[in-house]
This record gives sequence, structure tokens and C-alpha cells, in this order.
Amino acid sequence: MRLEASNVNVRYGSHDAVAQVNLVAEPGEILAILGPNGSGKSTLLRALAGVQRYAGTISWAGQQTDIGYMAQDIASRAVLTAFEVVLLGRMRSLGLRVAAEDLAAAEAAMTEIGVAEIAHRRIGTLSGGQRQLVFIAQVLAGNPRALLLDEPTSALDIAHQLSVLALLRTISRKRGLTTIAVLHDLNAAARFADRLALLRDGRLVGLGLPAEMLTAPHLAAVFDVDVAIDAGSDGHPVVLPLRAVGSDRFHSAGLH
Amino acid sequence: MSAVVTGWHVANRRRASLLALVAVALVASFAVDLATGPAMLSIRAVLLVLTGQSTDPMLMAIVQHLRLPIALMAVIVGATLGVTGMVMQTILNNPLASSYTLGISAGAGFGAALAIVLGASFGLSDDTAVPLAAFAFATLACGIVGGVGRLRGATPELLVLAGIACLFLFQALLSLLQFIASPESLQQIVFWLFGSLQRSTLGKTGVVAGVLVLVLPVLFADAWALTALQLGDERARALGVRVDRLRLRAFVVVSLLTGAAVAFVGTIGFVGLVAPHIARMLVGEDQRHAMPASALVGALLLSAASVASKAIVPGTIFPIGIVTALLGVPFFAWLVLRRGGTT
Repeated sequence: MRLEASNVNVRYGSHDAVAQVNLVAEPGEILAILGPNGSGKSTLLRALAGVQRYAGTISWAGQQTDIGYMAQDIASRAVLTAFEVVLLGRMRSLGLRVAAEDLAAAEAAMTEIGVAEIAHRRIGTLSGGQRQLVFIAQVLAGNPRALLLDEPTSALDIAHQLSVLALLRTISRKRGLTTIAVLHDLNAAARFADRLALLRDGRLVGLGLPAEMLTAPHLAAVFDVDVAIDAGSDGHPVVLPLRAVGSDRFHSAGLH
Repeated sequence: MSAVVTGWHVANRRRASLLALVAVALVASFAVDLATGPAMLSIRAVLLVLTGQSTDPMLMAIVQHLRLPIALMAVIVGATLGVTGMVMQTILNNPLASSYTLGISAGAGFGAALAIVLGASFGLSDDTAVPLAAFAFATLACGIVGGVGRLRGATPELLVLAGIACLFLFQALLSLLQFIASPESLQQIVFWLFGSLQRSTLGKTGVVAGVLVLVLPVLFADAWALTALQLGDERARALGVRVDRLRLRAFVVVSLLTGAAVAFVGTIGFVGLVAPHIARMLVGEDQRHAMPASALVGALLLSAASVASKAIVPGTIFPIGIVTALLGVPFFAWLVLRRGGTT
């Protein structure tokens, strides 16, 4: 499902959280959005998902209902089992009597992500990582044509990060999904995504192949950090952070 | 059938069994409610009247015109408060939300008091004027809260704040009426505010039951959307739920339902607050199960309170609102403490 976004703007009060972003993503493509804290990554993703008001044009070559969006916040007080949460991914076809097809799709998604064994545990009793996997399964259960994922692996251990990103890559390729993910791990993004979008202060400051975007000058400009770039054995760039630059970094970010 | 789906069906059967147990307890409570009262009738005498085998006019009057309407009203109003409490807590994402805490009951109380003070001047009997005015002002309170939500976005925080403002507004107006009311009117107002089933008739019970039957399909049609709302507004939106519309629609529907219930029996707190918590413990928050569970638990609580109101001092019937609060608050505190604050 092709995405075309032009001049997307999201304003919070007098502050432009996203400013004049233009973006195109093709079916089967995986695009990772990278940027420092507060750069507007999640806001842009929410606008693309249609859950955030925006100015400009966002056009998907399909229905809004074909978009599977996974929010960053995985906290939940709901007294629902993991299976019920995944079943909600089938919202659009659920009736008072749940069809066998919906049950099968929810189970298949849980099995695919590897969380079938915790299907009947309450969502509030699961670890952050398990909840994240359950919400990924929920998005997949809806059979979307586009995947919008906000830090989908932030609560996962390194083994799960690798396996989940590899699985999402396989699924995206196999089903021809347009996948856009906000990620913090630059090296994971380099391995997972076909293209990277760099965001700073709400503006798109770079868009291209991982090898083009993950360069020392680019990362210094976007993240205020000195890095060394190595070539990984699989051909992907590997980022080695050296030091933060700019003495007022914490003060300007309000992190003091 | 695979293990996960089988497990889901097993869990659903367990929920259905729990609901059946609550239903059995409700039938037992209803029977005890019918069989007890200041007239000290035997259970056999009550049964004879109900099955049409007794023609004793006094027995028939007591059972058919006093006990049956009261026992039925306890069940219907309890079910109504249970459902409305569950929906309110769900749409406002607030475990303390109920029609009582959102000013709807306060609106009804002010309306009732106004009718008691002014009723005679409109030539209407108290029996007609009080429920009508209570319902009208419950609707007005709901309109104020819903109107604020429509103007400024129906976020849970805004609706709760508007509800609290409504609560204080109508409580202040009620205090003003109590201040200027004659001693006779004041006594009637206070008695209405206690909450009482004693003025129930089969006709009034039918009205509340009718509204409940009309409203339930509307709420059930939104059962999955309400379930999705438990995951938060953003997730629900991403799943295709039109959150603001759902919240306003459900709020208006349950407010009108509450208005119809409290119009006839006065303000009965606690049931709408605690029944949803017990229901959640029994069946979780899939609203297809949670709403009927909350209705059954609410009906059981109010029916049991009706029995207790006659048993506390034999020969006397306590106002049921006092009983629900006196018995309910310690029970609720125990429930919350037992679950470490997460009901």
C-alpha cells in the first residue's frame, strides 16, 4: 500500500512538532524513522496512522482500515487476557459471537510472534517485553497492508530484538507490506530497514539508504554525537558511538 | 480445534458458570425478599398468592402491591446501576466513576426536591411530579456534562471534571432548596435522598425495565469498541474506534438510564461503583461478559440490601440507600485492600 505524504505539519500550541515533512514509501519497503528525543518521530507516525491531527496531505493507496499501528506506550490496566488483546486486532470483523476465522487469525498471529503459551494470562501480569510482543501480534492479527510501529522492540532483550525485527522483515517482504518503524537503535535500523529517515526538530533532514544516512557528519548533525562507522560483516554499516558533542546538550533538552 | 482457541472457549464456559451462580444467588435473594417483611407472612402464604391459589385480599395486597413491586424494583434498579457503573468506568477510564460521582444523581436529587417544594403549585401529585422532575434534571446534568464534552473534546478528564462541577452545582442548589423548604417538604426531600424502594409499583418497575431493555442492545452493539477502549484512546482509535463519538453516545445512553432508575427510587450510591469491580474480578473486561455480569451483581447487591433493610430492625424498613452504603463501604474497602488496590 503506497504512502505519499506531503507538507505534513503537526502543531502543539505554538510549537511545530512535525514541520513540512515529505515522504513516499512503497509496498514491500521498510522505512525506519530515526532522530533524537523530541524530534517528532512518534508524532509523525501517529499522523501517518490517522490517530493524530495534522495539516498537509497524507495519502495511502488503500483504506485507513488497512493500516496496522502499534503505539509506543505498552502499559495497560485492562483486565483482558493476551488472547483477547490480540483478538481486538480483528475489531473490524468481530461480532457478539466471535467467528472461527477471527479466532484462528488471532491464534496464528500469536504463534507467529511466539507468544501462544501466554495467551490466557492477563495482559497486566506480563513483562514489558511480553506485552510488546502481544501488541505486535495484535497488529498482525488484523492482516494489515501497512505496518506503522513505534519503537516495537524497545522493551525486548537483544535476542528477541533480533528475532522480532527479522520476523517483521520477512512478513513485510512476504505480504508486500509498507512498513514504517520508529527505532532508537541505529544498528538495528541499519539491518532492518531499506531506507532511513532522519528527523530533527520535526524536520526531515535526511532520507536514503542506511549506508548513506549512517555517516559521521549526518549523525553529528542529527544526534549531536561523535561516532565511528565500521563496515559490518554482512555489509551493513555499524555505528560505534564515541562521545556526545555540545556542552549545553542536557540543558537545552531539559534533561538536567 | 487448537490449544489456544480451546483454552479461550474453556475460559468462556467458566465465566458463564460464574454468571449462572450469581443468577442463582439473585433468584434466592429475590425469593427471600418476597418472603420477608413486617407482616411476618409464611413463605407458603406468599407462594399461594404468587401462584394464584389464595384469594385472601389482605395477603394479595401485601404480596402483589407491596412486596412484589419492591423486590422487582430492587432487581431492575440494581441491574441498571450495575450496567451504568460498568459503562461509566469504562468510557471515563476511571474506577471511581459512577452516575453518583458524576453529578447525574445529584441532578436527579435536585429535580426531585424542586418537585417536592413546588409540585403542588403545578397541580401534579408527588407520585408523578417527583420522578418526572428527577428524570428531567438527571437529563439536564447529563446534557451539561455531555455538552462540555462535545464542545471541548470528550476526553475522560474533561468529562470527569464537568461531572464534578455538575455534582457541586446541583448539591448547592439542593442545599438552597432545603434551606427554604417547609419542615414537611424538607422531611420528604431528605427521605427521597436516602433512596427508598417503598414507593415502587409494578407500573414504575415496568418503566425502568422498559428503558433498560431498550438501552441494552445499544450498549451491546458497542461491546467490542468499549472493550478496545480499555487499552487507551490511541490504541482504540488505531483499531478503528471513533473514540469521542463512542464516549459521548455511551455517556448519554447510560445517563438517561440512570435518570430513569433514580427517578423512582432516589439516590442509591455504592451499587454502581462496586458492582463493576466485582464483575471484573469474576469475568474480566470483555464487555460482552462484563456488562451482563455487572448487571447481575448489581441486581444481587440491591436485592440483598433490600432484604437487609428489613432485617436490621425487625418490623422496620430502613431506607435502602443507607443500607447499601453501610454494608457496602466496608465490603468495598475489603475488596480493594485484598487486591492491593488493583480491582
